[in-house]
Amino acid sequence: MTWKHVFTSSVGRKLTMGLTGIFLILFLIVHVGLNACIWANDNGVMFNRAAHFMGDNVVPRILEIGLFVFFILHIIQGLMLVASNRSKRGTAYAVNYGNRGSKWYSRSMGLLGTIILLFLVIHLAHFWIPSRITGVAETTLPNGVVVHDLFSLMKATFAKGEEWVVILYTIGCISLAYHLAHGFQSAFRSLGVHNKKYSALLTTTGYAFAIIVPLGFIMMPISMYFNWI
Amino acid sequence: MEHYNMNLTLKVWRQEDSQKKGNFETYKVENISSEMSFLEMFDVLNERLIQENKEPIAFDHDCREGICGACSMYIDGKPHGPWEQNTTCQLHMRAFKDGDTVVVEPWRAKAFPVIKDLVVDRTAFDRIIQAGGYISVNTGNAVDANALPVEKAKADESFASAACIGCGACVAACKNSSAMLFVSAKVTHLALLPQGGPERKTRVVDMIAQMDKEGFGACTSTGACEATCPKGISISNIARLNKEFTLASLLSEK
Repeated sequence: MTWKHVFTSSVGRKLTMGLTGIFLILFLIVHVGLNACIWANDNGVMFNRAAHFMGDNVVPRILEIGLFVFFILHIIQGLMLVASNRSKRGTAYAVNYGNRGSKWYSRSMGLLGTIILLFLVIHLAHFWIPSRITGVAETTLPNGVVVHDLFSLMKATFAKGEEWVVILYTIGCISLAYHLAHGFQSAFRSLGVHNKKYSALLTTTGYAFAIIVPLGFIMMPISMYFNWI
Repeated sequence: MEHYNMNLTLKVWRQEDSQKKGNFETYKVENISSEMSFLEMFDVLNERLIQENKEPIAFDHDCREGICGACSMYIDGKPHGPWEQNTTCQLHMRAFKDGDTVVVEPWRAKAFPVIKDLVVDRTAFDRIIQAGGYISVNTGNAVDANALPVEKAKADESFASAACIGCGACVAACKNSSAMLFVSAKVTHLALLPQGGPERKTRVVDMIAQMDKEGFGACTSTGACEATCPKGISISNIARLNKEFTLASLLSEK
């Protein structure tokens, strides 16, 4: 079997989805962990410093290229899979099996993924593009290093009067939660984890991850909007 | 259980052949006994249609004991009807009550084209089996049954997978019309036994290739297949199939 045969087969395409999905899950851990520095109660010093490390150090910069590649792979392969899977039915059923046989979010990964993609575009326009391309106001850390003041940018983005941004981020995070609730365990299944012991562990971990991580993300715009930090 | 009679409204998919467009026809059936099977109710309706010089409804059936996998009706949105781990032929009319409207459709998948009414062409499954769902046995004397030791747990699991009757309910239930539960049951059945060892790698690769060629969708692990399977085939078989395929395809020499 050539590489092409492997990765264009129905199982191989799921393999791509699972592998890129797990990489994106790892990225979420880094992202939520790093952003949690906004709650250090130091007016954003720790957060700005951590963000500076990620933006300045060569290792995260190289990983960022991989992140974009995996994002694009996951999105394109996902959309192609949805389109191909949909085309296999032909005549639609008059009565659908629906929630009796499966969870709604497990059947809506394409829709949830598309909402996350739209959110991602807006999210990149809010923070990544200013930080990398158009420029952000700078601030000096207590140790004298000049860094992008991303903390102030966050506060301005989620300030009072920006309700729609906070709502949009909440919708994005809820979509992410449901996407993960199915995606986390499904990714490992696609990679062939079938032992009952491990699949039970992965299912529980998956649900916990799907609740904790998006909740952490949602709390960021909310705590800024309500001036908790 | 109390016996009762009922009157039902049936909405049944009628389609002359694979080329013609189909549509739903409504039939009233009266005095149906709760002790009849779903197919017997169709027999009663067909007797009447024949007497009225109308075309009877074509449907697949054979053993009517729930073991052959021939019957294939999609009843009120679920393959094989409302009961769990049950085939259409073993569905009894006590599952319904007087006045119910029941919608009956054929399996719907491009890989299972309608032949007539509720009968679909499931030879795609036969071709998947022919691609690798077998073991090659040289002729000669029968080997002693106990010559090959088999671990009990594996024998049990293999047997549970071998219970698949190839009815195609998994394809009908899946939103992607995927045949992965069927293929995974067949692959698991042989992969866990020593007899399946020599062809283990080529089998999974060839069966997946044939499955893709037949036009079935990919698995997105929604679990609808497992929920509807009349034989309770576990979706964990699909994860095993993924492992078997990944190892066989990535480690192959070519």
